[in-house]
Amino acid sequence: MRVARHSFYEATARRRVDGLLDQNSFREFCGPAARIVSPHLPALGMPVAFDDGVVVGEGTIDGRKVLIAAQEGGFMGGAVGEVHGAKITGLLERAADVKPEAVVLLLDTGGVRLHEANAGLVAMGEIQRAALSARHAGVPVIVAIGGKNGCYGGMSIVARSCDWIIASEEGRLSISGPEVIETVEGIEEFDAQDRALVWRTMGAKHRRLIGEIDALVADDMGAFRSAILNFVGRPRPLDLDALEAEHAMLSRRLERFWDCADGRDVWARLGINDPAAVPALDADSFNGLVGALEGGRS
Amino acid sequence: MEHLEFDYDGTGAKPARAFALAGVVGSGNLEVLIEAADLGGRCAAVVDTSVRGYGETWRQVLADFFARHAMSDVRVSINDGGATPAVVSLRLDQAAAEIKDASA
Repeated sequence: MRVARHSFYEATARRRVDGLLDQNSFREFCGPAARIVSPHLPALGMPVAFDDGVVVGEGTIDGRKVLIAAQEGGFMGGAVGEVHGAKITGLLERAADVKPEAVVLLLDTGGVRLHEANAGLVAMGEIQRAALSARHAGVPVIVAIGGKNGCYGGMSIVARSCDWIIASEEGRLSISGPEVIETVEGIEEFDAQDRALVWRTMGAKHRRLIGEIDALVADDMGAFRSAILNFVGRPRPLDLDALEAEHAMLSRRLERFWDCADGRDVWARLGINDPAAVPALDADSFNGLVGALEGGRS
Repeated sequence: MEHLEFDYDGTGAKPARAFALAGVVGSGNLEVLIEAADLGGRCAAVVDTSVRGYGETWRQVLADFFARHAMSDVRVSINDGGATPAVVSLRLDQAAAEIKDASA
């Protein structure tokens, strides 16, 4: 009998938390019954959510203590408002105090909630500072991306300030979204309706191949759980050497790929024989390809 | 936005759990927070909806819900993004099933 797959993509934020943590280990902070809702949305005549679109709390994964936040992509595109942001910031500040084995951020977001513009922007800065403080305290911050909204805007900057990023193929990571680029630069530059182009530019496979995410997994709760466990308790160095190494990597990357007009050109230059086949590879085949490329490089 | 409050007779047992949440606030969707509350055996419902003018429909959908699920001392709070009555009933049933589930 084939066991039904448990999709991360299809799950709500609460189901994702339940699916990743040990059974009955989750304890929520500022839960829906506390009704800590957006003070801005009612003024605009818009409905609020009792958790302001993010679930935060503590629990265990394979017995190891973690703090976890999960954005609900179905509420206002997972966008970060004042309360939503404060909940994530508070969780990361708590991590610096109680030092769990990791903080896990399940991001599913378009970025700042524009209805709360200034408060949302301030929240981004606070979240990023708190993430770096948690890392400075030795707590690894692990990001997982695999929902409908991908990870865009300020939260993409937050994600890249963390230790590790895991994504499914469905995941996307970019500062500006496809529609924004099309609006600003023109449809000749970027056609937001071209789904394949969007994924070749911002999709998880491309991000994995150019080194911006650390693990690509199938859209499966168990696969996400295993990948997260692999990074629990493993902080990356956060010092001047690490920062300079990152800058050197970015300079080398720009030098190597600056004239590439499409993700496929980048992949060909990386040494992939059949770049056109990459989008159709399943996670296992794709990771085999990544392994072969990394083996060939060393 | 429209704010509505309703009050119904309680007919059954108190819920097994403290609260349950079903659904997500979005276009055509809603969230239902159902909680045990000391209401002297009665049941209450509070609705905040983005669509004005459907108070009578809400009253009937919620009356139908409390008639189907024998409960007392329960408060239902709803944030609505314009869900149809069928979706509202589905989310109410999901929330009721969860708050009655003593095993979870």
